[in-house]
Amino acid sequence: MVKRTADDWWELLQAVPDPEIPVLNVVEMGIVREVLQEPKRLLVRITPTYMGCPAMDAIADDIRERLAEPASEEGLTTEVELVYAPAWTTDWLTEAAQAKLEAYGIAPPGKTSDKRALNGEAPAVRCPKCQSTETELVSLFGSTACKAHYRCTACAEPFDHFKCI
Amino acid sequence: MNARFEYLLRLGDDALILGQQLGLWTGHGPVLEEDIALTNIGLDQIGQARAWLTMAGRAEHAGRDEDALAFHRNPEEFRCAQLCQQANGHFGDTIARQFLFDAYAVPLHAALTKSSDDEIAAIARKSAKESAYHLRHSRVWMVRLGDGTEESHAKVQESLDRLLPYVGDLFVGDDVAEAAAREGWGVNPATLRDAWESELDDMLAESGLHRPEAVPEQIGGRRGIHTEKLSYLLAEMQVLPRTYPDAQW
Repeated sequence: MVKRTADDWWELLQAVPDPEIPVLNVVEMGIVREVLQEPKRLLVRITPTYMGCPAMDAIADDIRERLAEPASEEGLTTEVELVYAPAWTTDWLTEAAQAKLEAYGIAPPGKTSDKRALNGEAPAVRCPKCQSTETELVSLFGSTACKAHYRCTACAEPFDHFKCI
Repeated sequence: MNARFEYLLRLGDDALILGQQLGLWTGHGPVLEEDIALTNIGLDQIGQARAWLTMAGRAEHAGRDEDALAFHRNPEEFRCAQLCQQANGHFGDTIARQFLFDAYAVPLHAALTKSSDDEIAAIARKSAKESAYHLRHSRVWMVRLGDGTEESHAKVQESLDRLLPYVGDLFVGDDVAEAAAREGWGVNPATLRDAWESELDDMLAESGLHRPEAVPEQIGGRRGIHTEKLSYLLAEMQVLPRTYPDAQW
């Protein structure tokens, strides 16, 4: 019989992409908060980026689908539970994840500890195409709940910015 | 009286009705960006409504879940503020309604993060980030419309004049509100009025809009007394699950 450990489950979860931002997986996104291996079941706790994020059901399905078979080999059922605390923050995106976002064409959120954000000033958002910081906000809301819409005044390219929360 | 159930219904119903109305803007926004903005805000409201109504259902101990509460109650059983059920109207009407609500939601969620109930505090911490962002959006537009053209100013001033009488429900400090504050898991919304007034004054000063003189307030939403509009809104929202109660998506 195979004996999988917590590390194995986390590794398997890294093969589940975020349905809206497939360049990141659900672990990198900070959506997976906890994996608990109990005698009879494997419990995965996930948290939404936004309360109304419509991708949560799809994410839960994808996680169940990915883990169901290996879990059953261990005699475990797979359950996914939605939790709200602690509240998701973009600070959970690692440096590597932020770099992947930028390479994908989405300006990463930066850190919530950014003093400009504290002072109520808009932090400089860098264009993911030409790296210019000469950018302007087009709309506070973008293609998904977690993004805002920007435009680069240097290269004229429109782009998404991952909102810093 | 089950104060906890009543209180959570108020939170859930405000968000649900507002979210449902914002969703009606899908495909009808004045520009693409605002179409997306209004529906994104609506999505956040629906997300918050789901969390509060799920909790309300558990507090009631009658086996009702979020769907049973949203789709199988009659208008008089709803506890939303009358402000939330005011018609979408034109873009300025929707923005004014949203601003008046957001300016209340921000201090509300901030206060609820200190709830003695871990789950209420968690939902509030999450909602607080969203409501702050919503307020940023609605406030920018109040200033833009108020300080814009003669026409936009006149239109949004008229929206404000018509909607202000409906904010009273938001700050009702009745026995439910007092129980919530006394027991520590909620906040009495009457205590939020000062913060709301100062947010409003701040916006008025920047937009050049003004308060209408003497506003008699309509109160009743928290006791199930609503405007006619809510019946039509619920009829449209509930028709499918009421006609086919066991339908699955």
